[in-house]
Amino acid sequence: MSSLPVLAHTDPSALTRKDFVPSAEVKWCPGCVDYSILNQVQKLLPTLGIPRENFAFISGIGCSSRFPYYMETFGLHSIHGRAPAIATGLKLARPDLDVWVVTGDGDSLAIGGNHFMHALRRNVGLKILLFNNRIYGLTKGQYSPTSEIGKVTKSAPMGSIDYPIDPVSFALGSGATFIARAMGNDGPQLYDVLTRASQHKGTALVEIFTNCVIFNDGAFDQYTENKAEQQLRMVHGEPLRFGKDGSKGIAIDSHGRPTIVAGDAPNVLIHDEQSDALSFLLARLNPPEFPMSFGVFRAVNRPAYEQLAGDQIAYAKSKKKADLQALLGSGETWEVK
Amino acid sequence: MSKKVETLESVVIRFAGDSGDGMQLTGTQFTETTALAGNDVATFPDYPAEIRAPAGTVAGVSGFQIHFSSLEVFTPGDAPDVLVAMNAAALKVNLPDVKKGGTLIVNTAGFDKRNLEKAGLTKSPLEDGSLSAYRVVAVDVTALTMKAVEGTKLGRKYAERSKNFWALGLVYWMFTRPLDHTIEWINAKFAKKSPDVAEANIAALKAGHIFGENAEVFAHSFVVPPAAIPPGRYKNLSGNEGVALGMVAASQLSGLDLFLGTYPITPASDILHHLAALRHFGVTTFQAEDEIAGVTSAIGAAYGGALAATTTSGPGLALKGEGLGLAVILELPLLVVDVQRGGPSTGLPTKTEQADLLQALFGRHGESPIPVLAPATPADCFWVTLEAARIAVKYMTPVLILSDGYLANGVEPFKIPDVADLPKIPVSFRTDPNGFFPYERDENLARPWALPGTPGLEHRIGGLEKHQKTGAISYDGENHEAMVETREAKVQKVAESYAPTEVHGDTSGELLFLGWGSTFGSIRQAVRTLRVQGHEVGHVHLRNLNPLPNDLAAIMKRYKKVIVPELNLGQLAFLLRGKLLADVVSHTKVQGKPFYESELLEAAAPYLEKKNELTAGSRAHGSERADA
Ligand code: SF4
Repeated sequence: MSSLPVLAHTDPSALTRKDFVPSAEVKWCPGCVDYSILNQVQKLLPTLGIPRENFAFISGIGCSSRFPYYMETFGLHSIHGRAPAIATGLKLARPDLDVWVVTGDGDSLAIGGNHFMHALRRNVGLKILLFNNRIYGLTKGQYSPTSEIGKVTKSAPMGSIDYPIDPVSFALGSGATFIARAMGNDGPQLYDVLTRASQHKGTALVEIFTNCVIFNDGAFDQYTENKAEQQLRMVHGEPLRFGKDGSKGIAIDSHGRPTIVAGDAPNVLIHDEQSDALSFLLARLNPPEFPMSFGVFRAVNRPAYEQLAGDQIAYAKSKKKADLQALLGSGETWEVK
Repeated sequence: MSKKVETLESVVIRFAGDSGDGMQLTGTQFTETTALAGNDVATFPDYPAEIRAPAGTVAGVSGFQIHFSSLEVFTPGDAPDVLVAMNAAALKVNLPDVKKGGTLIVNTAGFDKRNLEKAGLTKSPLEDGSLSAYRVVAVDVTALTMKAVEGTKLGRKYAERSKNFWALGLVYWMFTRPLDHTIEWINAKFAKKSPDVAEANIAALKAGHIFGENAEVFAHSFVVPPAAIPPGRYKNLSGNEGVALGMVAASQLSGLDLFLGTYPITPASDILHHLAALRHFGVTTFQAEDEIAGVTSAIGAAYGGALAATTTSGPGLALKGEGLGLAVILELPLLVVDVQRGGPSTGLPTKTEQADLLQALFGRHGESPIPVLAPATPADCFWVTLEAARIAVKYMTPVLILSDGYLANGVEPFKIPDVADLPKIPVSFRTDPNGFFPYERDENLARPWALPGTPGLEHRIGGLEKHQKTGAISYDGENHEAMVETREAKVQKVAESYAPTEVHGDTSGELLFLGWGSTFGSIRQAVRTLRVQGHEVGHVHLRNLNPLPNDLAAIMKRYKKVIVPELNLGQLAFLLRGKLLADVVSHTKVQGKPFYESELLEAAAPYLEKKNELTAGSRAHGSERADA
C-alpha cells in the first residue's frame, strides 16, 4: 500500500566509471590511499548491473566518511559511528537499494562499536568498507582502536597502552557472514575483494589497509615492500602459501597452533571460507612471526536481515487484512446512545 | 430479600495488594464493566518498579485506582472512597490517601504475624484502633475463596490465587455491577487452556458477590448512574496504545509504511509491543541495539521514504539528542515519542513526571528547533500522534511528542472515529530532476523529500552545514546564519497551521490555568469546582509547546493572573517568562504522581477575589457544563 513513487529505472548497462564521478572536488590529502579506494569503487559499480540511482552510500565521521561526497550516487554523510544503524534503517525500509557503508577504524570500532557489531550479527544487506589507517586523521593524529601498543601520538606522548582491536576477529566474533581484507593501494587486489563483497547477500565487511600520509605514514609499508613474505593470499580451495614462489605454507602443529612449513609440505592448510576455525586462525596470524592474511576470510550464506523482516510482514499480510477501521474498533467496545 | 440501593454521583476505588495478587487485572476488569455500564471512567495503575519485589513488603505493593461517575470524569480521582487492601503492606501504603470516613475492605489473611512483619508493623492496625475514622470491612478473603473453590479441581495453592476475583465480586455487588462481562472474560481467557482455573475464578467471583448480598456488614449497595457521554462506539484506550494506533492510522492515511526504530524502556515499551503485533499493516518494528540506533535507524528509514518513528523515555531522549540534531539538519520527517518518567537518571522509572519539556525543546547541540506536542489524555495520544505525523511530513521535520507515564498507562474511553472522516495526510516526493536542489524550499519552507532510487536525483546530504540554495557543503558564516534562521522560521511557521487556542470556562477574569500534558484532568476538575463556586476562571491546555500558539500572549493578558501547574520545577513557566515576558505563577509538584484537585484549589486560592470556602471534589452542575 506504500505510496512510494513507482519509477522507471535507468539502464545500468550503459554506465561507466565516469557516471560515478561527481563534479565535487576531492579534498583528501594528496597521496592519501582513500583516493585509490574511491577509484576502485567507481570502477566496480558500473559493472554490477544496478541502476545508478539505486546505490546509497552512508558514512559516519572521519576522513574516510567524506567518501559519499565523491560518489555520484545517493549519499548520506551522517554522525560519528552511526552509519551502520542508519544504513540498517534504510535497508529495512528499502531493500531494493544497494546500500554501502563507508567507515574508519575510529568510527566503527570506537564510537560506533555497538552499531558495527549488531549490523554484522544481524547480517543486514550492507557492504561495509572499513578504511583502517590505525590513526585518527580528521582530528589530527590521536591513536585509534587499531593503533599498536606503544604508538606515540599527541594524545599518548608516552605511547598508547590500549591493546588494539583486530576488525576481522571482531567481525568473526559478531557472526559476520562475509569478511575480507585488502591493501588499499593494491588496485587489483582491492578490486577482487570488492567484487566478491558486492555479490554477497547479507553484511559484507571489507577491511582496507589505508595509509594516512599525514599522521601515520608507512603503517602498512611492510606489506607492500616485501609482499611475497608479508602477505598471505587466501584463495578458497587453494593451499595457504606465501613467500617467493609459494615456498612457505601455513600448517597446524601438534599443539593445534599455526606454524610455518615448506610450501610443498603435505600438511599445508587448504583455505576454506566456510570454516570458522580456519577463519579465526587466519585472522590471528600476525607479523612478525607470520605474514598478514589478505583476501576473503569467510563467506557463508545466512538469510539477510531485511529478507527475514520482509518475510514476516508478507506472511502477516497473507494471514490478516490491514483494516484500520477494524483495528481502531478492536477489543472490548460499547455503544453510547 | 434484596438490600436498599443508594445513588451516588462519583466514586473512587483503589484496589491494592501484593504485585502477585492480580490487582492490575482486578482493576482493569472493574473498569471495563463500569464503562460498559455507561459511566465515564479514568484509571491510574501504580505498580512497583521492581518486577520481583519481595512478596508482602511495602516495595511490592501494586495498586489500581478507578474514578467513575455519572458526570464527565477528568482524573482518576484524589482520595479513594473505597480501598480494597489484600495485605498489611497494601493498607499501610495506601491508607494515607483514603478519604476520612471512607470504606476499607481488608483481607484479614494478609494481616498475620508474617505479613505484619514484612510490612514493618508491630501491631495489627485492624486491632489497635487506628482505623476508627473509616468504615472497616474485615473479611478473610483467602479463607472464603478457598471455601468457594473447594468443589473445583484446583489445588490449594492455585485456588488461593482466585482471591482477587472474590474481592472483585464483592465490589461488583457494592456498586450493583453485573458479573457477566468478567465471567465472559474469564471463560475467553482460561476455559480452553485450563478449564479448572476458569471454574475456580468464576466460583470465587460469584462467592464474593453473594457475600455482599448476605453479609451483615453492608447495609446497602450503591449505584452510579450512566454519564451523559456523546453518542458513539467507545473502547478503553491507554496512552501507549493510543500512540501506536495513531502511528498506524498516520501510516494508512499517508500511504507511507511505518518504521519504528526503538529500544525497550519503561514506560514506553508497550508502544513497541502494540506495533510489533501489527505487521499486517506493513509495520516494521526494529528493536535496536540502543537508543541511538533507535533514532538513527529511523532516520535511515525516513531517508528511504518511510513514516519513521522512535519511542523512548527521558534517559533515552538524552541519548537520541545527537541523532535528533542530524534529523534537524537533514530535514527529514520523524516522529519521536518521549514517555516521560521521574528523573534524572533512572529516577522513578514507573512514575510520572513532566520534567523533559526543556530537554525536548532545547536538549540538543546547536540551534536545533523541533516542533513539540503534548497529549492531554490517554485517548488524546491517538489524535496528537496523527497531528505530529501531519506536521512532520508537511514541514519535513522531526516532531517530538511528550507523553508521560500517567498517560501511557492510564486508560480512558476513546470514541472510535470513522476512518472515512479522518483527513488524508498528503505526501509528495520529488521525482523531477530538472532544477532539483535538495535544499530548495516550498511555501512552508520545507525541502523536497527526494528518495534514493529516484533517477536523476542523486545527491549528497549530511550533518555538515549546507549552502542554502544548492545544498552543497558550506562553511560560510553568513550562509550558516541564514540556514539557522530558516530552520527556526520553518518550525515557527507550524504555528500558522493551528486552530485558534481553545479557552475553557471564562474567557477572561480572575485567573487562567495554563497547563500542558497529563495535568489536563486535574486542572479541568479544579476549574469546574471554582466556577461552580462563582469564580471567573479559565483553562487553556497547550497541545503545541513548540512553537507556542500565536494567540497565546493575548489570551493570557485577559486574566489578572495566570497560574501554570506542572509536574516539574516550572519548565513551562520558565519558557513563558522567557518567550512571552509573561509574569506567570508557577505551581509545581514532583512526587511521581499527578496533581490532586485539592492541591490546585489551594494553589489558586491566593489569586481569587471572592474567597469562598474551597473544597476539593465540589461537584459541577448543569450550568458549568453548559457554558464550558
Ligand atoms: S589525514 Fe590521513 S587519512 Fe585523512 S585525508 Fe589526510 S592522509 Fe588521508
